[in-house]
Amino acid sequence: MTRKEIFLQKRYNSEKRFKLYGKLAISFALIFLCIFLYKIFSTGFSAFQKTLIKVDVTYNSELLFLDENPSLDDIKNADYYDLALETMANLDLNADEDQQNELKRMVSYIFDTEIKNHLLKNPDLLGKTSSVLLTASDDLDQIFKGNYPRDIPEDLRRVSDYQLTVYDKLIKDEKIISKFNFSFFTRADSREAELAGIASAVVGSFFTILVCLFISFPVAVLAAIYLEEFAPKNKITDFIEVNINNLAAVPSIVFGLLGLGILLAVFHLPRSTSLVGGITLSLMTLPTIIIAARASLKAVPPSIREAALAMGASRMQTTMHHTVPLSMPGTLSGTIIGLAQALGETAPLILIGMVAFINTIPMSPMDPSASLPVQVYLWAESAERGFVEKVSACIMVLLGFLILMNLLAQIVRHKFETKWS
Amino acid sequence: MNLIIFTTILLLGFTTYYFGKKKALLIKNSNTRLTALPKFYGYYLAIWCAIPAFIIFSLWSIFEPTIVKLLVLTDYSNQGYLSDELNLFYEKTKALSRGLYSGEVTIFLENSVIKYQNLNSIAQNSKIVVILAIIIFSTLFSYKKISNNHRTREPVEKFLKAVLFTASLAAILTTLGIVFSLIFETIRFFKVIPLFDFIFGTHWYPAKTFVRDASAAVDPDLYKDAFGSVPLFAGTFFIAFIAMCIAIPIGLLSGIYLSEYASKNVRKYVKPLIEILAGIPTVVYGFFAALTVGPFLREIGISLGLEVSSESALAAGAVMGIMIIPFISSLSDDVITSVPQSLRDGSYAMGATKSETIKKVIFPAALPGIVGSILLGVSRAIGETMIVVMASGLAANLTFNPLESTSTITAQIVVILIGDQQFGDPKTQAAFALGMTLFLVTLCLNILALKFVKKYREKYD
Repeated sequence: MTRKEIFLQKRYNSEKRFKLYGKLAISFALIFLCIFLYKIFSTGFSAFQKTLIKVDVTYNSELLFLDENPSLDDIKNADYYDLALETMANLDLNADEDQQNELKRMVSYIFDTEIKNHLLKNPDLLGKTSSVLLTASDDLDQIFKGNYPRDIPEDLRRVSDYQLTVYDKLIKDEKIISKFNFSFFTRADSREAELAGIASAVVGSFFTILVCLFISFPVAVLAAIYLEEFAPKNKITDFIEVNINNLAAVPSIVFGLLGLGILLAVFHLPRSTSLVGGITLSLMTLPTIIIAARASLKAVPPSIREAALAMGASRMQTTMHHTVPLSMPGTLSGTIIGLAQALGETAPLILIGMVAFINTIPMSPMDPSASLPVQVYLWAESAERGFVEKVSACIMVLLGFLILMNLLAQIVRHKFETKWS
Repeated sequence: MNLIIFTTILLLGFTTYYFGKKKALLIKNSNTRLTALPKFYGYYLAIWCAIPAFIIFSLWSIFEPTIVKLLVLTDYSNQGYLSDELNLFYEKTKALSRGLYSGEVTIFLENSVIKYQNLNSIAQNSKIVVILAIIIFSTLFSYKKISNNHRTREPVEKFLKAVLFTASLAAILTTLGIVFSLIFETIRFFKVIPLFDFIFGTHWYPAKTFVRDASAAVDPDLYKDAFGSVPLFAGTFFIAFIAMCIAIPIGLLSGIYLSEYASKNVRKYVKPLIEILAGIPTVVYGFFAALTVGPFLREIGISLGLEVSSESALAAGAVMGIMIIPFISSLSDDVITSVPQSLRDGSYAMGATKSETIKKVIFPAALPGIVGSILLGVSRAIGETMIVVMASGLAANLTFNPLESTSTITAQIVVILIGDQQFGDPKTQAAFALGMTLFLVTLCLNILALKFVKKYREKYD
């Protein structure tokens, strides 16, 4: 080979190498995405299943302190705790007092309510024996799902050897059942992992986004119309534009400080509510929507405006009747993307107090509430093992909403946008 | 009550629209030419009916409480009470008149409650009367003015334009809001803590200043070692540096590959996939970093004989870097795509290979835009909160070992302000001071980045 050929070969090799680097970079990003999604889904998947223990409950009127023919109200007001304890103790007739306590801890602490609700559904069961499904405690739940090692020393485990023997017996009798976890979607947050649900977070997020939409969308669209169609080129306009561009890149936590320092400290709006959260996030999404709306107003060709003006429409009529409606698909899809960003935002909500432990489902934006990302943070910080799968499941729900919103944005854009060529 | 007044104004506005339109139609039917469409007469009347009343209504609602308070307290204001005492007295009065007060009721309090209730009912009644008077006056006045040669479109459009202009001021208002919310607490903070100690102090330990009894005098020496921001700045820039070490090469290379090498089909599918990374909420990244990346790095470290904290700067920085990849890749992709084709053609014509063209022609040409995108990425890394809060520790260590835990400005703000805040406490004020520095630093970075991008645009547009 001549020197020239060697030189050429070198150059070709470096060309190949460079191309490879690019491919490697992209594959790194994509592999990370795959690992990430796999990890979240594989940990979170099991949270959608709930472990239940089937027990036989004898609805003994004496234990409930009920009369011969109790009314429905009596049944409702009776104390079911003793009956529930008795039921759990019946799982192992030879159990001593400590062991009975351990038996009780195999189910969730609302086991008496579950037994009561079963009776309330069929009141004629009084005095009879019926099998009832009780929510298993989160430790047992984790053992059943295999997330929790059994073969470690007893004091490192949350489940005692005794509970494990009872558990194995129950498994053999097919008394342990796995069902779809509806309560994860219908219950509010709880300190107990087996009872914790995302309903309050979902409703809170919904209200937050709604408030955010109602404030940021009109203001942003009006501002965009002014800046794109009417604003004279002067210092005020320039200043507004600089402001918008900067706000778009201000860290979200600074907006949280704004919410805390002004909305809570000066205007005394109620803490921890989705109203304050929504207002804070709307200030954050404002620049995003303004930029999107301006871009789609800009994309409407001047010929439309000229045609309207030539027909005698005023500038305001041209804008309101022709330019703005034509720009709406782009604006709307930008708005949805902005709201999706707001939905995933955590830090500002933490600062305005939406991290409080809320175990009720909010009924209006004025009620204290959680939100999905904050719920993720709260559960992730919780030490209990059972919450790990809950966090992942909550993330799956959050990602699901985000994907839906982004798809909606794409559909709005492609279905309704006029193509100018 | 306010809601009723508000809806009444709104309803009256809607009804006057029809009256205005009707009158215009009557004029039109008598074969006279109108100067605007009939509906503009309706708008004109509705605006005149609702807007002045609405402005007076909002001003009244804003100033009413202050004025009532002043009037209630006039009897006591010259008797040498402290303003705090008067405020407390007034709060008691308000609570008692709403039936929410359970303390001792003095004769003064009773008198002031009677006065308060009297004033309130006077204020309420006069408010309704004034607003009704304004509505009637302005509506009748403008209704009379409607005639065939009275212009209505121009004023209506002027009004609309004013509304649009006001909306565009929202951006300025937000910036002002940020500055105001930060500046007062920051100034108060620097009154207690010398600026010098804040900037050059090397110990950040705000929990030290926690005093249960607020009236107890706090030893100023206590503050001295508590609010040194050097570890926070070091931690912030260190984690941002680790993040950029991952984000810049990967983001840039994938941006270059996507814009120069990838076929249309690959681009169509790969680009949105990478952009998914930008859409994942940061709290999710934080969870992933804490649950998977942290322990993973720890295991690797242990197998290499290194001591790795499970909450390490490396874990937070690495995950943050991955979060920033799509920003850099799509921004640099855009920048590279907009480099004129003639530059590439010229280079190819000289016999350069594709990679040589990229390295020696396109990259230098696109450099300002790329620097701009990197600066925006840095600003994001500095402002990122949740990943650090969840994956790198909360104790501010001054360290440059990526395997130890450090804290950042944003994480400390969260640590201080999570839960109940006590305004007036130097700890809370410190969070606002940190917020101010964060705002200023990111502002500078953003302005710089936008300047670079603008310069680049001017070059090729």
